[in-house]
Amino acid sequence: MKSVATNSPAGFQAAKPVLAIEGLTVSFDGFKAVNDLNLYVDRNEVHVVIGPNGAGKTTVLDLICGKTKSTAGSIEFEGRELTKMREYDIVRAGVGRKFQNPSIYENLTVFENLEMSYPAGRKVFGALFFKRSAQVIARVEEVAGEIFLSDFLDKQADLLSHGQKQWLEIGMLLMQDPALLMLDEPVAGMSVSERVQTAELLNRISQGRSVLVIEHDMEFVKSIAHRVTVLHQGKVLAEGSMEAVQSNPKVIEVYLGH
Amino acid sequence: MKNAYESLLGGKQGAIGLLVLATLILVVFPLLLDTFRLNMVGKYLTYAFVAVGLVLCWGYGGILSLGQGIFFGVGGYCMAMFLKLEASDPESTKIQSTPGIPDFMDWNQITELPMMWQPFHSFSFALLAVIAVPTLLALIIGVAMFKRRVGDVYFSIVTQAIAAILTILIIGQQGLTGGVNGITDLKTLLGWDIRPDSSKVILYFVNAFLLLGCVLLGRFILTSKLGRLLMAMRDKEERVRFSGYDVASFKIFVFCVAAAFSAIGGAMFALQVGFMSPSFVGIVPSIEMVIFAAVGGRMSLLGAVYGTLLVSFGKTYFSESFPELWLYLMGGLFIVVVMYFPNGIAGLWETHGRKWLSRYSLGKKLFGVPEVKARVFTAKPVEKAAPRELETTP
Repeated sequence: MKSVATNSPAGFQAAKPVLAIEGLTVSFDGFKAVNDLNLYVDRNEVHVVIGPNGAGKTTVLDLICGKTKSTAGSIEFEGRELTKMREYDIVRAGVGRKFQNPSIYENLTVFENLEMSYPAGRKVFGALFFKRSAQVIARVEEVAGEIFLSDFLDKQADLLSHGQKQWLEIGMLLMQDPALLMLDEPVAGMSVSERVQTAELLNRISQGRSVLVIEHDMEFVKSIAHRVTVLHQGKVLAEGSMEAVQSNPKVIEVYLGH
Repeated sequence: MKNAYESLLGGKQGAIGLLVLATLILVVFPLLLDTFRLNMVGKYLTYAFVAVGLVLCWGYGGILSLGQGIFFGVGGYCMAMFLKLEASDPESTKIQSTPGIPDFMDWNQITELPMMWQPFHSFSFALLAVIAVPTLLALIIGVAMFKRRVGDVYFSIVTQAIAAILTILIIGQQGLTGGVNGITDLKTLLGWDIRPDSSKVILYFVNAFLLLGCVLLGRFILTSKLGRLLMAMRDKEERVRFSGYDVASFKIFVFCVAAAFSAIGGAMFALQVGFMSPSFVGIVPSIEMVIFAAVGGRMSLLGAVYGTLLVSFGKTYFSESFPELWLYLMGGLFIVVVMYFPNGIAGLWETHGRKWLSRYSLGKKLFGVPEVKARVFTAKPVEKAAPRELETTP
């Protein structure tokens, strides 16, 4: 017992959340979009954030990835404080973020889109002398397989369907192999079969990393979520399993009362 | 070897395109034109350096600089200062009240060579300054603007303002810069007379080779991952930023490269034309250079060279015949290109010219019908990217 306690800092860290948001507040001209928020994401967890429009869901992702600067509070990711870091340093620390609308490079091929996120040649001269090595090609093909786009590698990205674009952007994040993957409405605009495939994809890629998802589609949330947080007016309204959250009277009131 | 072939020449089609241009400026022009006209073409080709730089920073990087004259001018002035000092030896300036200083300084009652001019006695310093000073200037402007995420039209306006400020500064500091007349009466380069016809021909070729070198360097940049990043940034800047890239550093880099290219053009201008004046620094020449790139095709390095030649020929021809009308014609040309041919001559060539040529067997052999390149691994310069609307430009 004792030996476990003293020389297993690794074991201790595993219990610590990957992402710990505490007292996070952002105020836009006095309007608090996120208000004293506490949120934790554990390792290997698929954590879904739901909430009515304007609850501050996307703002939370913006704050984590550095797009919006917080007014107060802290965001600790694997022991590093993100609120003071630059966007690209946050990405390099291991946070990947997918935007609400598929955000891909339409003039480039699927292959080039994925390659662009390969974590090498990220500085000016690194990019100038970047070589498309066998390793890069292998990694791109591996990720393309995961996101169901193996047969589309040479296709220009704007020719993909909406759902495929969503997958491509997820694939671009996978190229970075982030410890925390943040997805903003990954199944928006997808067909039913695409949603099923995406759920399967998320369950597969959440092995060994944490995933933070914003989603409206409750069926989809049910199929992926380990834990659900309900956000309302910038604050946590409820948290727990999908069933617990759905039967919570406060949540029902927020969703149905308006 | 194969790699260099692909990245520098852009495969077979790119190599042929470059060969055609090289033949035109290295063989056809020198054979067909007399020295006077050849020197004129040489002068146009110095503007082409700026246009090639604009393809990089505007066409691919999405950074529309309306102040490239700044770098052309500063590069030109650095070269002209060295040449002027050489032309102002005490022997040939002995009638001045202070012999050994440039004539315009003497006219402005300056009795001692200013500090700023001292290092330009050295040719190696001047050569270094031709590249380094404009690049440094671009670096400062770039850092100040891009790190703060000033972009789009605001960036264009600021560059234009800087061009205006620099012109005013040059004109105002008559004793230091020669004022509105600029630096004139340049005579020799390290004792070699640059004025006779024979020297002009040599300078023409030096200029042409430097230009082809810049085109090759541009190709290298565009075919690298950096080139694809530039396009990606132009279309989806946020995505690039949140993929772990410092977007500003790439913009600064490409802006500096464009500045360095322009500066080489400016220095070659001073050498070939024999003077440098503020009229090549300000807003009007800067915008003219943007028009060169737009007409040639802002996504094509070679197109930019053709665009420069064509518009410059047009300018010389029309401004000789209808000097009043030229500005309107140029404005009209720009509007037509922006509205109907956003990819300029190069775009027209891609959509029509190649098809037309491929009807003939020679064309088929040489240029081929545009085919889908096998596999992405041979990333070739995307000189025929999908037509995009041009950003609104004043």
